[in-house]
Amino acid sequence: MDLVTEFTIFVLAAFVGFEVISKVPTTLHTPLMSQTNAIHGIVMLGGLIVAGFADGALELTLAFIAIAFGTINIVGGFLVTDRMLGMFSRKRPKPADDEQGS
Amino acid sequence: MPLTAVLEPGGDLSTLLYVLAFSLFIIGIKQGTSPTTAKRGNLIAAVGMAIAVVTTLLLDGIGNWGVIVAGLLVGGAIGVVASIRVQMTQMPQMVALYNGVGGGAVALIAWSEFRHGAGGDFPLESFIPILLAAVIGSVSFWGSNIAFAKLQDLIPTRPLAVPGQQVINAVLLAAIVVICIVLGINHNDDPSQALFILILVAAALLGNLVVLPIGGADMPVVISLLNALTGLSAAAAGFALDNVALIVAGTIVGSSGTILTMEMATAMNRSVPNILFAGFGGAPAGAAGSTEERPHRSIGAQDAAIALAYADSVVIVPGYGLAVAQAQHAVKEMADELEKRGVEVRYAIHPVAGRMPGHMNVLLAEADVPYEKLVEMEDINPDMPRTDVAVVIGANDVTNPAAKDDPDSPIAGMPIIEVSEAKQVIVVKRSLSPGFAGIDNDLFYLDKTAMLFADAKKAAQEVAGEVTNL
Repeated sequence: MDLVTEFTIFVLAAFVGFEVISKVPTTLHTPLMSQTNAIHGIVMLGGLIVAGFADGALELTLAFIAIAFGTINIVGGFLVTDRMLGMFSRKRPKPADDEQGS
Repeated sequence: MPLTAVLEPGGDLSTLLYVLAFSLFIIGIKQGTSPTTAKRGNLIAAVGMAIAVVTTLLLDGIGNWGVIVAGLLVGGAIGVVASIRVQMTQMPQMVALYNGVGGGAVALIAWSEFRHGAGGDFPLESFIPILLAAVIGSVSFWGSNIAFAKLQDLIPTRPLAVPGQQVINAVLLAAIVVICIVLGINHNDDPSQALFILILVAAALLGNLVVLPIGGADMPVVISLLNALTGLSAAAAGFALDNVALIVAGTIVGSSGTILTMEMATAMNRSVPNILFAGFGGAPAGAAGSTEERPHRSIGAQDAAIALAYADSVVIVPGYGLAVAQAQHAVKEMADELEKRGVEVRYAIHPVAGRMPGHMNVLLAEADVPYEKLVEMEDINPDMPRTDVAVVIGANDVTNPAAKDDPDSPIAGMPIIEVSEAKQVIVVKRSLSPGFAGIDNDLFYLDKTAMLFADAKKAAQEVAGEVTNL
């Protein structure tokens, strides 16, 4: 992909990010921060790619740490967000403990 | 070889799978902004992540499977254990830590890429993003670690200012820019590894120095900002690696994180530059005369229990101190005792109560406080004059009437829960010491205010006990 195409994608994605967050109730600030936090665990893909051409102890170590860090970010981030949001939904009004705003 | 590479990097199929993945991220974030869909949104984003990871694992050129599997296992195990073990009160530190590892991963990937490209033909269009990723990733890693250490009380939460702070930061930033330019000039001519490491170190110092002077109460905004920064650094890594999933996901986190940061700062009546550069809370500005003894009324658990038990309506205002003392369960028990006696108990939630916006809601939900008992600030304030007793537990600045009455107060204009309007106020607090704003709270000295000096958890337990004995 050439640089200009990538830049186009970058700019459009930035606008999507601005638009998608609009007036979040404060209740959800913490979980939402935690969720977007998990999404930047996407860097793990970068770790996988650099592992492919890693050569020598240093590069292998760098790739290993990068993958491990990225995976902590992804796994831990999504799980903890789920746990946090579970605290809310378990308390939603009694009948049918399904999501269904009261 | 456990897997045969089937997908071409940048090929049609892998790109389409990435498009699917980041579409799910966008839907996931969108659903995360509404209480009814948030949990599903998180799941959708996680599915998107799984698709992105599997797609990448199938790319041609992925190798060194031992390292990959080891990294996935170690990271996965730490992630699972940490997210099960962590207490809800520790959520802000957890987010800071996850944020840090994300930034650290970016910096290490950038270093790897730099080593890989150096010596050969190194196009500027991947060279520049590598430098950006290295700098932002390193700042984010170290900044987040400091934020974590502050929230975990490993280092003092008060602002730690070094003399000439701003100058040092500016010099560091300038040094980073200069080294980047020097490296950029030689990008095709085996650029120096030592200089690259120097950039990582300078950015690490910068990350430390920027976050150290920021007080604990501003930390949520800082974490949110670092979250956005880590997103951007991931996007930069995406440019360097020609990976569209990284570019889109990183950018979306960067921009949505920026909006979230600004919303948080607004809720605290703070501006982001102010938080980063002012060190508010360091010096008790404008509160010089506040050390003198002012008359106040102190009561014990029994008096508090009587006042509460014979009230018709009670509003509990939980704050940061409640989170620190982990008193949410004890407070819930106290509220249960009162409700048994027919007292109406509600909780007034300030937008920035707890250690992070929304954190108090999570804590109270964990303590089984029904969702409908939590009332947001704008909705509870009109009811305050009709409230018999307002109980402030571990909150301070968010109840200070000076924010409304005194235009010269450092917190003037900050939205507050108007407890001083209630008929009677009980403040549970360890001492009269000021909150993070470093200013005295006029609430403590009102005639209608009684101070119950105790640890939040112990006080709630004692009051609950006294109420049962009445």
